[in-house]
Amino acid sequence: MPLSTQSQGEDEQYVLVASLDHARNLSNILKAITFKDHAIFNATPNGLKVTVEDSKCLQANAFIQSKIFQEFTIKEDMVGFQVNLTVLLDCLNIFGGSTTPGVSTALRMCYKGYGYPLTLFLEEGGVVTVCKINTQEPEEPVDFEFCSTNVTNKVILQSESLKEAFSELDMTSEVLQITMSPSQPYFRLSTFGNSGNAHYDYPKDSDMMELFKCTKTQTNRYKMSLLKPSTKALALSCKVSVRTDSRGFLSLQYLVRNDDGQICFVEYYCCPDEDVAED
Amino acid sequence: MKFRGKIMDVACLNHFTRVITTISKLTKMCVLRLTPDNLFFVLSGKVANGGVSMWCELSQENFFDEFQMEGVSPEDNEICLEVTPENLSRALKTVQNAKAVKLKLTKKHCPCLTIAAELPTLSSVSRIVTHDVPVDVIPRRLWHEFKEPSMPDFDVSIYLPPLKTMKNVVDRMKNLSNFLVMEANLNGEMNLKIDTDLVSVTTHFKDLGNPPWGDEASQDRGPSQIRDPDAMAQTRVDIRKLQQFLMGQQVNPSKAMCNIVHERVVHLILLHEDVSLQYFIPAVA
Repeated sequence: MPLSTQSQGEDEQYVLVASLDHARNLSNILKAITFKDHAIFNATPNGLKVTVEDSKCLQANAFIQSKIFQEFTIKEDMVGFQVNLTVLLDCLNIFGGSTTPGVSTALRMCYKGYGYPLTLFLEEGGVVTVCKINTQEPEEPVDFEFCSTNVTNKVILQSESLKEAFSELDMTSEVLQITMSPSQPYFRLSTFGNSGNAHYDYPKDSDMMELFKCTKTQTNRYKMSLLKPSTKALALSCKVSVRTDSRGFLSLQYLVRNDDGQICFVEYYCCPDEDVAED
Repeated sequence: MKFRGKIMDVACLNHFTRVITTISKLTKMCVLRLTPDNLFFVLSGKVANGGVSMWCELSQENFFDEFQMEGVSPEDNEICLEVTPENLSRALKTVQNAKAVKLKLTKKHCPCLTIAAELPTLSSVSRIVTHDVPVDVIPRRLWHEFKEPSMPDFDVSIYLPPLKTMKNVVDRMKNLSNFLVMEANLNGEMNLKIDTDLVSVTTHFKDLGNPPWGDEASQDRGPSQIRDPDAMAQTRVDIRKLQQFLMGQQVNPSKAMCNIVHERVVHLILLHEDVSLQYFIPAVA
């Protein structure tokens, strides 16, 4: 049953229909937030928001705006459901997720509403796969109450520079300490591992630093194990915004450009590990 | 009992190595039957290997420049050996640039297939590398277990889609389920299906075509002639067995097809000029 000949009548039953010429544009961004099986999907006329959480300390959100999709029809103000993300990714890559130019998997994603499975129609080279992924009751994502008015420090970096630092991070360290300050050392990443302590400093006038807006010296520690999943998002992204609020909560926002040059966002929120006395 | 063969041509050597490597991906142990005209690699469907059986047939003259053998007796002019194809494949892979490779049945500490390769040198002194692959000689009374399987009385026969596409799909399905339903009809359609608590996935292939099985195949099998072309014959199989078959493909077959006996067995056939490989996957409940 080719995608194009989907009967109109069938479409009318769906509360959500989203089509993509390249399923990779969705699977790639979902990979950036895959660290737990359960993903909460929230669709609004603006697009799709996918949330993954770990032990109420870490939350990752992927935003895929409706204009990224070739078709995005939603019949309600908000449609929510929860699915197994690993299963969804296996389905999206059913044809191998080939990166060969000219070969791509087309996707049509449909949802009839509460209690129904999420149905995917995938097509590549005339072969059609239909996947019905069972949905679960959507959980309420944790509200980290991270609001821009409480942001004390913010830097925007070219991802390139952070990728380098993250690839060299001492993973034997239990925490990553982030220092942001209007004076020296401006922006510092520190690890405390088996082979000693390490600091990575970024000067505020570096080419890699697109924006530097720090109002107060702040030093916070974050569990390395919690930050590790965010490196998947970092790897895909071209820019990253690092923000901390007055409570020491960390927000990492990644700007991801897909194969078609469109922009999506991935956002990670992380709780601080413990308070460090400010000097 | 004597056997010696010699391969001089590089293309033949490469091809022979690829065939052995394919077999090594399918099974740890198998039986090598040598006859004056052919080499057969045989795996008979025992419970220990999940009921899977294999039959691979090579015509010796397409690979060997010299081929001499003497079976156990003039009436039973055959040799039956149990071999580990992985060991053969490993030995052959290291001698790909040889000027000539000799294959010999020898008696060292135990019976061995000895692979002696003459490697190219710059000097006049020749370099010979020898691999001894231990084998077991199978006595005459057990030969009956390794006869060519008869063509099953299939319900549907169909050409397979490109094996690479099929492999991609089966690899992903393997992540999601342990079992897979293969179904096909006489309208050139084939579906691969899995169904679990979390997800159900069906991949639809169409316009594959159904091989004509000649008169002798259909004559005494009237029912396949009048079968409803849309009716699916299906078999549920262990997905790992199918994955193994797809993973091992080193030989790019000119024809790949599949016969399905409804709820009994999937019979896969690959044909490549002088080599034919048959693989049987039994149904699971």
